[in-house]
Amino acid sequence: METILAFVIGLLFAAGVYMLLRRSIVKLILGIMLLSHAINLLIFTAGGLHKGRPQFTGYGMESDIPNPTDPLPQALILTAIVIGFGITAFFLALMYRFYQVTGTEDLDELKEGDTK
Amino acid sequence: MNGILVYLLILLIAALLSPAIIQRGGRHAAWLLGLISAAGFAMFLTYAPLTSAGEKLSLTINWLPELYLNFSLYLDGLSLFFALLITGMGALVLVFAGKYMQPYPLRHRFFFLILLFEFAMLALVISGNLFTMFIFWELTSVSSFLLVGFSHEKPEARNAALQALLITVAGGLAMMAGFIILGQAAGTLEIPLLLKSGDIIRNHPHYLPALLLILAGAFTKSAQFPFHFWLPGAMQAPSPVSAFLHSATMVKAGIYLLMRLSPVMGGTPEWKYILTITGAITMLLGGYFAYSQTDFKKVLAYTTISALGILVLMLGIDTDISIKAAIIFLLVHALYKGALFMIAGLIDKSAGSRDLRKLGGLFRAMPVAAVAAIISLLSMAGLPPMIGFIGKELIYEAKIGLPDIGNFLLLAGVLTNVIMVAISLTLIFNLFLGPLKYPGEKPKRPALALRIGPMILASVSLVFGLFPSTVADLLLRPAITSIRPTIDTLKLALWHGFNEVLLMSFITVAAGIILFLLYRKVNPVLTRFNNEVITFRFADAFNKGLDFFLSLTKKKTALVQSGYQRIYLIAIFIMTSALAWYQIAYTWKDMAVNVITPPGVYELLIVTVIVASAIFATLAKSRLAAILSLGATGYGIALLFINYGAIDVAITMILAETLILVLFMVVIYHLPKFTSFSSGKTRLRDAGIALLAGGFMTGLVLKAGQVNLSPKISEFYTENALSLAHGKNTVNVILVDFRALDTLGEITVLVIAAIGVTALLKLRTKKGSAT
Repeated sequence: METILAFVIGLLFAAGVYMLLRRSIVKLILGIMLLSHAINLLIFTAGGLHKGRPQFTGYGMESDIPNPTDPLPQALILTAIVIGFGITAFFLALMYRFYQVTGTEDLDELKEGDTK
Repeated sequence: MNGILVYLLILLIAALLSPAIIQRGGRHAAWLLGLISAAGFAMFLTYAPLTSAGEKLSLTINWLPELYLNFSLYLDGLSLFFALLITGMGALVLVFAGKYMQPYPLRHRFFFLILLFEFAMLALVISGNLFTMFIFWELTSVSSFLLVGFSHEKPEARNAALQALLITVAGGLAMMAGFIILGQAAGTLEIPLLLKSGDIIRNHPHYLPALLLILAGAFTKSAQFPFHFWLPGAMQAPSPVSAFLHSATMVKAGIYLLMRLSPVMGGTPEWKYILTITGAITMLLGGYFAYSQTDFKKVLAYTTISALGILVLMLGIDTDISIKAAIIFLLVHALYKGALFMIAGLIDKSAGSRDLRKLGGLFRAMPVAAVAAIISLLSMAGLPPMIGFIGKELIYEAKIGLPDIGNFLLLAGVLTNVIMVAISLTLIFNLFLGPLKYPGEKPKRPALALRIGPMILASVSLVFGLFPSTVADLLLRPAITSIRPTIDTLKLALWHGFNEVLLMSFITVAAGIILFLLYRKVNPVLTRFNNEVITFRFADAFNKGLDFFLSLTKKKTALVQSGYQRIYLIAIFIMTSALAWYQIAYTWKDMAVNVITPPGVYELLIVTVIVASAIFATLAKSRLAAILSLGATGYGIALLFINYGAIDVAITMILAETLILVLFMVVIYHLPKFTSFSSGKTRLRDAGIALLAGGFMTGLVLKAGQVNLSPKISEFYTENALSLAHGKNTVNVILVDFRALDTLGEITVLVIAAIGVTALLKLRTKKGSAT
């Protein structure tokens, strides 16, 4: 499964990069979302896959068997998801505003404002 | 040694306070600043008996001893000699400037700069660590830049200042590289230790590069050919600066460095040849151009170049007698050059011109100053009974009987001195004797503050010439011994008896008089020759080179900085992927996943959904379809999380995905439709880059399976979640308890994002203001 996921992550990342390189600003935001999916999955896979074993303690369930699931990557991903959400929301608003002000979605037209 | 440290601080504080002192202190405020400098002179004089007895004082404040970087001070005969020159000359220059700078509205700034310069120069010569020295070396470059460009409303002054800065700082940079090599070779940068490791350094395989780099620093600072051109330009500075810069400071920093490192790096054939040849060329060049000028200050500037050439030459000859000659000539030159630049300043001020052709008979207008000038000029010509005579005799003695190019050096030396004699006589007769001539108003008698510097310096030239033994043992011999410990006696006298040196002096004076008599006829010819035949100007070539460099960087920037963010992204992705791929390929054979969880049908189905929806999202032609399928990808990943026991993560993921979808739906009708901007070729290129980057991610995951991180961190959380934090869900406990501060940061990010979103949506642009 790890090998399969490795390729899934690679694919998500590639798709994200491809979208980032588009000129349309809407595609740019999709690219960022794809990238954040890829990275979340990367951290998750790196922490090790253990089927159906949530990190709960103190319920007396299978307490004699040590739980191999690593809670730390999960906590990290949780944070990452929330922050990713914040960024996406902000980016959406920015994009909305950008389109309103400039009337274009072509990122290449931003260049003019930069070099003038 | 602590006293010296305190004095350095006092000087720095005086520099900082000087603008206020000058502005509030009235007309004689500069005397106070001069007094501070003179106090330093007196303090250093009290150290003279110590260094004369061969004692060496040092003080080290450790900073980064592992990298040999320390703040160190070191005082021996040589440092003391320079420290006295700097503080003594500084005192006279400050007093002179107090009067001279009166008409300048920004004079308070001037005093800050010149005191800062004095501070930097003084700290440079008593530095005990090459890096400490380097820092002050650069500080002298920067402060001299500001001083040369002091009259910044004049374009020539700005240009000259920039040239001086670029050349000396470029040299300083090279010198720093040389210091680093030196430090690696000797294992220290402390001067007292370096002085003992000369043999190691001279036999080190990197000796030559280190030498060349350090010489680049010394030669640029001391205006040696081909870097000499910044110095005549630097006379754009007000006269007090020139007097200070040319006599005891700045250009002497390079000479000081050569003297300091002479026991460490000197004595090799490379050292001898580079120094003698550069010195000889500079000496002749300076002499020729000095003779062909008509501006008093320019004449003086070129004679400085010539004198610096003589000093480098003497250090290159590197015999006992040449080292003695170098130290004594340094003193000689400082005394007469400081005096003459002040005289140039006061003549310019009272007679309204510096042009030799427009002036004459100034003795009547300013007898005292004229006497001081004549004494200094006689010292420059090397005539008895001035100390300049002793200096010149020693220089001749050092040049006699040298092997191979010795005869050429002797001839060049005599020629240079002939020119010096001719220039001195020309200046004496043209400026001071004969009928009174002036272009503007009748020259006034200069004020005491203007006269006192030249008077003191000239009388010192005379007294030291008549009674040379007064300073020989106390100041000069310790300085010489610091360069060459084997010398322990120094006998100076005006009269050496009849020998070939005296004969050469006679020839020099005779030829000099002839050249002087020819001056009026030859000078206009030479001036025309300089202007019409020698069209090549180093300063112009330098400016052209600078312009070329600027246009080159502009082109380079235009090439690299396209302004398209995609191009920057491509550069980042390609570079990162290429580096990572190199690493992956390097360790390819170890690539295997050591933990294998067998995939079930259910997981395979989810993976298929994720892959299919991601591909569809990428290729979709409609926004809606793309967003929805991206949502499917997100939910798929959430399902995977559930499947592998990450319930909390999955819940969050589903919530976030849903919210994003909703947000998208809200704004989607305000957004443009998907448009295809790129051509097929661009798409193919981008797809290639994307696959390169994605492939490296796959490789990374495959490698990550092998990495066995220390499990202790996670174990700590698992074991203590219940007992310490009283929570049963470990992931939650980590977030809200163990790493609560991170979560606080995360919430802060959300708040900022929310504020940003509100601001962006609510902000109403006024028409025309935002576009």
